[in-house]
Amino acid sequence: MSGFEDFLSDLFSLKTWDVIWPAILDTLVMTSVSTILMAIFGLALGTVLLVTRPGGLRPLRVFNVIFGGIIDALRSLPSMVIIILTLPLAKIIIGRSWGPGAVMIALALTCTPMFARMVESSFLEVARGKIEAAKSIGARNWEILLKVILPESLPGLIRAFTIAIIALISVTAIAGWFGGGGLGDVAVRYGYTRFLTHMLVAAVAVLIIIVEFVQVGGEAWAKHIVRKRHL
Amino acid sequence: MTEALTDTKAQPFIQIRNLNKTFAGRSGRGVAANATPQTVEVLKDINLDINQGDIFGIVGFSGAGKSTLLRCLNRLEEPDSGEIRIGDSVITSLSHNELLAFRRKLGMIFQQFNLLDSRTVARNVDFSLSVARKSKAARAARVTEILDLVGLSDRRDFYPGQLSGGQKQRVGIARALANEPIVLLSDEATSALDPQIALSVLDLLIDINAKLGLTIILVTHQLEVIKYACRHVAVLENGRIVEKGTTQDVLTNPQSDTMKVFVKVNNSMTSDTWREGEGI
Ligand SMILES: Nc1ncnc2c1ncn2[C@@H]1O[C@H](COP(=O)(O)OP(=O)(O)O)[C@@H](O)[C@H]1O
Ligand SMILES: [Mg+2]
Repeated sequence: MSGFEDFLSDLFSLKTWDVIWPAILDTLVMTSVSTILMAIFGLALGTVLLVTRPGGLRPLRVFNVIFGGIIDALRSLPSMVIIILTLPLAKIIIGRSWGPGAVMIALALTCTPMFARMVESSFLEVARGKIEAAKSIGARNWEILLKVILPESLPGLIRAFTIAIIALISVTAIAGWFGGGGLGDVAVRYGYTRFLTHMLVAAVAVLIIIVEFVQVGGEAWAKHIVRKRHL
Repeated sequence: MTEALTDTKAQPFIQIRNLNKTFAGRSGRGVAANATPQTVEVLKDINLDINQGDIFGIVGFSGAGKSTLLRCLNRLEEPDSGEIRIGDSVITSLSHNELLAFRRKLGMIFQQFNLLDSRTVARNVDFSLSVARKSKAARAARVTEILDLVGLSDRRDFYPGQLSGGQKQRVGIARALANEPIVLLSDEATSALDPQIALSVLDLLIDINAKLGLTIILVTHQLEVIKYACRHVAVLENGRIVEKGTTQDVLTNPQSDTMKVFVKVNNSMTSDTWREGEGI
């Protein structure tokens, strides 16, 4: 059983964690920045989808169909393809098409279409009657969006956000190919390419812990709001 | 309120003229390709006068078009043709911004209450006031005043999820009245409530009508509500007004099929002979 003992001592060796710690930091930074970008663009695009759909606050039939079609088309592309497609865009925005900055933009763009649809469907959960009540007191569209739809859909929105962040973390594994670094990169480079199983296991374990944190945290936040509102 | 009350009674406060409304049919969507987009005429040539300070009932069976008619008054539904006047304003020709401003003078309450679960009672009422751009101080004072009026002062920091149906409807009323509307529109506001709670909500509306002289339009499919609260009533049947008059006249001498059925059912249900009727 000395093989297993070797594995364990490798797993907890300083050498291993000298690689893992910076990778954790990279993953956290990469995920946080992409999450913020995804949140902003996903909320904005989801709102546009909601507002322009038939029966929405400002219906624009043709635009909605085309725009929704583009979102769905992007959503159906494999993330690897989207990253390849968006790296030139990163070059335009930050002047480089490789490295962590470029990858963060690519990651955000990869997950934004999916999150936009999730935002739209969370918003659609708000009962029509509440929107009509707001209209009946003369609320403007932006007031209906910010004071009715957003707060009323908050628990569902947080759950959608949780899922989207986890999807984003799972895509970060590909980031390594483009110089983004992070745990996924470690798992691929050390674990897969060089057969260093302990590196693979360490990287995967930390990824699972991060995802679990996000999942439990998001669920607790959503539950807290539901409980506060006595729903 | 005061300037509205000085209005002469020369012409009716609310006038509805030749109002028509059609809906694109719900059938034909996702069905066979040859399904034609049918249109349903929901309101047909509606003419109605309502006096200031009245409690006016609109009654009819389910699907008669009552809600649609009521919702045309604040243009939650856009009429196809016809004219609606309230006071000096021609509702049907207001621009979008004028409409938003005018809606602040019309309160509306609903069967399902439609309160915001994300806000406490006080903040639900405050929502109306913030939409009307009242000052912070004026808002706080008005919230206190209006919650007092509907008897919910001790519930101001509760969430709707903590309230009973009757309390929720009182919040709905408070929200609708916050901006001192000139008309209150009620769409089956008591239909989801237990009888004695419904009664207390109706009493509140009657009380508000007496205290503030507020014009109230009550849509209902329950004859008891008309009988209890309304001075005048219009009967809607398949999108047409088939009868209108004082509640007493319409109830004692019903002309329309709808009202005859309503009165017959009501008489059977309130008669003291137990299970002797042949049913409806
Ligand atoms: N948005 C809509 N689209 C299509 N048909 C509608 C719509 N709203 C109401 N209707 C139809 O219009 C008719 C009248 O509805 P409504 O005014 O709600 O009746 P009531 O309030 O008297 O029960 C019904 O046949 C209903 O199915
Ligand atoms: Mg109705």
